[in-house]
Amino acid sequence: MTTFSHPPRHTLSLVVENRPGVLARVSSCLARRGFNIHSLAVGPTIDPGLSRITVVVESEKIEQVKKQLHKLINVIRIFELEPSMAVERETMLIRVAATGTARTEVIEVANIFKATVVDVGYNSLTFEVTGRPAKLNDLIELLRPFGVVELVKSGRIAIGRAAKSKPSRMRAVG
Amino acid sequence: MTTITGSQSVISSLEHEGVDLIFGIPGGAILPAYDPLYSSPIRHILARHEQGAGHMAAGYAWATGRVGVCVATSGPGATNLVTPLADALMDSVPMVAITGQVPTHAVGNDAFQEAYTVGITMPATKHNYFVTDPDDIPTVIHQAFHLASSGRPGPVLIDLPKDVLNQETKWHAPQDLELPGYKPTLDGHPRRVKEAVEMLAASRRPVLYVGGGIIKSEASEALTRFAEITNIPVVTTLMGRGAIPDSHPLCLGMPGMHGNYTAITSMQKCDVLAAFGVRFDDRVTGDPDHFAVGAKIIHADVDPAEIGKVRAADIPIVADARRVLTQMIKAWGDRPPIANQEWLETIREWQTEYPLSYDQQPDGPIKPQFVIEELARITGGDAVLVAGVGQHQMWASQFWDFDRPRRWINSGGLGTMGFAVPAAIGAKAGMPDELVYAVDGDGCFQMTFQELITAAAHQVPVKVAVFNNGAHGMVKQWQKLFYGGRLSASLLNAEVVDYVKLAEGMGCIGLRAEVPEEVGPILEKSLAIDDRPVVVEMVVDPDEMVFPMVPAGGSNDNVILGPEPGD
Ligand SMILES: Cc1ncc(C[n+]2csc(CCOP(=O)(O)OP(=O)(O)O)c2C)c(N)n1
Ligand SMILES: [Mg+2]
Repeated sequence: MTTFSHPPRHTLSLVVENRPGVLARVSSCLARRGFNIHSLAVGPTIDPGLSRITVVVESEKIEQVKKQLHKLINVIRIFELEPSMAVERETMLIRVAATGTARTEVIEVANIFKATVVDVGYNSLTFEVTGRPAKLNDLIELLRPFGVVELVKSGRIAIGRAAKSKPSRMRAVG
Repeated sequence: MTTITGSQSVISSLEHEGVDLIFGIPGGAILPAYDPLYSSPIRHILARHEQGAGHMAAGYAWATGRVGVCVATSGPGATNLVTPLADALMDSVPMVAITGQVPTHAVGNDAFQEAYTVGITMPATKHNYFVTDPDDIPTVIHQAFHLASSGRPGPVLIDLPKDVLNQETKWHAPQDLELPGYKPTLDGHPRRVKEAVEMLAASRRPVLYVGGGIIKSEASEALTRFAEITNIPVVTTLMGRGAIPDSHPLCLGMPGMHGNYTAITSMQKCDVLAAFGVRFDDRVTGDPDHFAVGAKIIHADVDPAEIGKVRAADIPIVADARRVLTQMIKAWGDRPPIANQEWLETIREWQTEYPLSYDQQPDGPIKPQFVIEELARITGGDAVLVAGVGQHQMWASQFWDFDRPRRWINSGGLGTMGFAVPAAIGAKAGMPDELVYAVDGDGCFQMTFQELITAAAHQVPVKVAVFNNGAHGMVKQWQKLFYGGRLSASLLNAEVVDYVKLAEGMGCIGLRAEVPEEVGPILEKSLAIDDRPVVVEMVVDPDEMVFPMVPAGGSNDNVILGPEPGD
């Protein structure tokens, strides 16, 4: 198996104006500056005027990435979500070759990962699973020997972790 | 409120923004907007190519400090604007471009003269708009002017489908900007300002490195004052020439690839480099790993993305150049000037040792540098100087003493050949009482000279000195220095063109100087003509090269000085 080396990945959460073309501006800005997009997910927020773009960018220069994105007029806020300080999730649909005795074996593996069967075919099973990106990759590796027929992943979405205790009073820093 | 068309709303909005002059070419999709223009006090200059209209808007903006406006139709009209937009984005020129678009119902169907203007110009503008509702026109135009002229200025494009222009709407004065994602930081953080002042006060070999941001933010006075109270020498980049007068004892002139030895070397050897309104462009830094290696960096810019992009800043300051310099002056207070006598002496020694030079023999060919110096002498330097891109541009910047901002207009970041003629027209149209003189290369001139027809037709009496060296001189110079003298496609067949006839054929006066003693008199003659544009062909030495030079990607420690006089 070939492994591709890539620059470090960073999860950025963008609050943008909900207008046509904003996604194109974000992806064009990243492409224009030579920053690679690993995954991208976009959807509405609770405020109909705003959308959320969660983008995983591969870059050695994440500060530059953030600053260039900030220059886009329709981008309102950008948060970088540290994996340890955020809940990150992906959803995957995976179709695995499964006939005869393999069928039960596949289902057993899937169960451990809380993957649910969403489609049953003559010689395949399709599962839906949601989890941390690493968990999904583990499942793929375990199902690979059976034969992965098709795989569809959502882009990564993420949310910062909430405070676990009552915040102490703000202290002046520095 | 009376009901009007979208088109009328566009024109009313432009009037509301105080626009007095626009440059453009009509066509099918934008035609509705040209109808109310007919009865508007806004003057329209009909360019001969949309690229010309775009650069005219840029020249107007440079000279006046106001937003330049250009107009084009859909499809080819809009795509012809791409170059001036990209140019204006690179050089932070405040500009608004208005383009027609096919009717909304036809968008996406490959309709006649349809191009995806918003997509094509997305990376060539600060922001752009596709308008689908005529009621949005006043707000969009107001936002566009605000975006173009505030923060880091730049071009903004508004794409208007024909049906939107024709629909009924009402005009209302725009109330709120409604730009939640756009809040430029203008004042420097007080703590950073204090740190910067302390770092400079403790320095012994400081240099101020300033550029186009000083011009855009009208910071010249503050800069000069700050330099004087601190006694810090200043280098002015190609875009920042005139930020402090060249005649000022603290001004060291232009650094960079074709900068002078002193400006380049003072940056290399300084202990603190305080940068204001500059972006550490590769044409200034050379190899960034060998640029000012011993220096601590203070970097103030209104665009946060410029800070740390090329060189990490020890003290980053996001701020408008004028405001932060004013803050620095205040923070400096009544401290004495820096004790940097030794440093200034070293600088004086470099200046004496390595001045800019050229060798004009009385019976030799005309040296291009001599033309610039003669022009400066005859005009007393009292002109707006506009340049194309190439050797002539570098000589103009090197050999003209700029005494004020907004007196030097050229294409720096994009290096757009063909910029000079239309930019000069825009500048002259915006500042009719100023002498506007373009110095252009023969290669550049041949890209956009048709705009002289525009100038003649609209009585915009610009003057253009064409430096005829029969070549894409800058390309030829690189080929001579780095490609073994193989002049691949850099010669222009000078014998084909008669610039005097060409000028006359476009309703201009054509003059020519072929030997050094003609240069002065011919330039005098050009100044005496003020009822139409003048083209002065200067037949210059085809072998002259621009020096000093730091080869692309090389270290600024290795300045090639060029031949000694008399070599
Ligand atoms: C639109 C465009 N095309 C090509 C170039 C590359 N280029 C840079 S300088 C130059 C030659 C310019 O020739 P000329 O205008 O005669 O000026 P000179 O160097 O001879 O003074 C060329 C071709 C450019 N800068 N812009
Ligand atoms: Mg030439």
